[in-house]
Amino acid sequence: MPQTVIIPTPLRKFTADTELVEVQGATIGEVFAQLEARYPGIQARLCEENGDLRRFINVYVDGEDIRFLDKLQTAVPERAEISIVPAIAGG
Amino acid sequence: MSFVKGLKCRECGTPYKLEPVAICEECFGPLEVDYDYDAIKTKLTREEISGRQKTMWRYRELLPLEGEPTVGLQTGCTPLVRAERLAKALGVGELYIKNDAVQHPTLSFKDRVVAVALSKAREFKFEAVGCASTGNLANSVAANAAAAGFPAFILIPDNLEKSKVTATQIYGANVVPVKGNYDDVNRLCSEIAGRHPIAFVNVNLRPFYGEGSKTFGYEIAEQLGWKAPDAVVVPMAGGSLITKIYKAFGELQKLGLIEEQATRFYGAQAAGCNPIAAAVKAGTRDIRPVKPNTIAKSLAIGNPADGYFATGVITNTGGWSEDVTDAEIIAAMKLLAETEGIFTETAGGTTVAVTKKLIEQGRLTAKDRIVIAITGNGLKTQEALTLEDLKSIEPKLSAFENAAGIARAAKAAA
Repeated sequence: MPQTVIIPTPLRKFTADTELVEVQGATIGEVFAQLEARYPGIQARLCEENGDLRRFINVYVDGEDIRFLDKLQTAVPERAEISIVPAIAGG
Repeated sequence: MSFVKGLKCRECGTPYKLEPVAICEECFGPLEVDYDYDAIKTKLTREEISGRQKTMWRYRELLPLEGEPTVGLQTGCTPLVRAERLAKALGVGELYIKNDAVQHPTLSFKDRVVAVALSKAREFKFEAVGCASTGNLANSVAANAAAAGFPAFILIPDNLEKSKVTATQIYGANVVPVKGNYDDVNRLCSEIAGRHPIAFVNVNLRPFYGEGSKTFGYEIAEQLGWKAPDAVVVPMAGGSLITKIYKAFGELQKLGLIEEQATRFYGAQAAGCNPIAAAVKAGTRDIRPVKPNTIAKSLAIGNPADGYFATGVITNTGGWSEDVTDAEIIAAMKLLAETEGIFTETAGGTTVAVTKKLIEQGRLTAKDRIVIAITGNGLKTQEALTLEDLKSIEPKLSAFENAAGIARAAKAAA
């Protein structure tokens, strides 16, 4: 069963303004690789050159921050919703 | 006229046009407003500012509007209170409370950021506004939107204090409690802002919104006679305010309005949500997110967006960050109320309690001129307090004199 990635506004120029992209990957790392295969250049916006997630990006699998899980090795269940969210101000 | 050149990424410096965008497309860093300080310097003098109305708009050249403000015209210029009784209780000398617990119109410093953000929303021709909020921002967006005629969409965690929810609903806003914490609410708002034309003040208008906080710093310096203090103690949730006060003092210095300043910045958090304090103590700028669990709900942001910059300000100025328990927060709320007659919310209790701790650690001393940032009002978080149950007496003099505690207090006062 595919998973859905919600593409944030700053990345939609890579996806021709598509907001929801279906992928199938066992981990977030695999999901990112699939995004990169389909939308070349997108991975460099998500990750530093050393492969780590960029400082100002948060990635959630069904609402759980992957920094609390296994970071890029975090497992992605079937039908999961993956959110890529820029860090946001207080309130 | 405007002194804004555009937006630029705070992390990688990429320039952007003046639009309702908040995030760098290159590196996801936050965008910030870029000003023409040389032009501002020719216009803005101490005399010019002093002659203006006592509102935050007396510093309008340093705020990111193209035209005149249209929302929150009466906001700003809250009292800077010399706190002699609190200073004595804590064992320091010159201590001040910057008291935004009496901010107009909703009794927190958020009225400053909302005044800028909603004025900007109007300039950008948005027809609806909104926010993700831990409470104070919800109150302020709802009130200011009502006064400005905007429909408002307010998303809050569903465990907020009842009084903060009531003080949002009363203005007729669309209040949406979300099952989860502030970080969940934030994520959802970001996704809504990507699909709907709503000016979320702390999402798509974040670069403009944050600038309003600088007026808190400008006012402190002006009220101290155009001097920055030796130390400020600031509550931290997302970590923005402390960086904006730092920016404010820096700008005043750049414009020649204050002399060179060497203010040390101290950040206050609750032990139940201390990602920034923990990073400072660990000697790193990398924030490890936490799941919040504290009565200081207005500070309960587990993944602070400006944490990286806040730790930078704190360590680069020779400051420090501490966190305190819920019991210490309550005790400090009482201490501030009993010594200075100022009833602050749990966030203010956190700031006062951390100040006490910093003094005990010798980081703040009797030689320092210290300002404590009080950012919200205690009437909004009364649920956090359980005070002594009171017993009624008969309306008779003997009953008053026989009521044990009262009689002792009356005798002591005589």
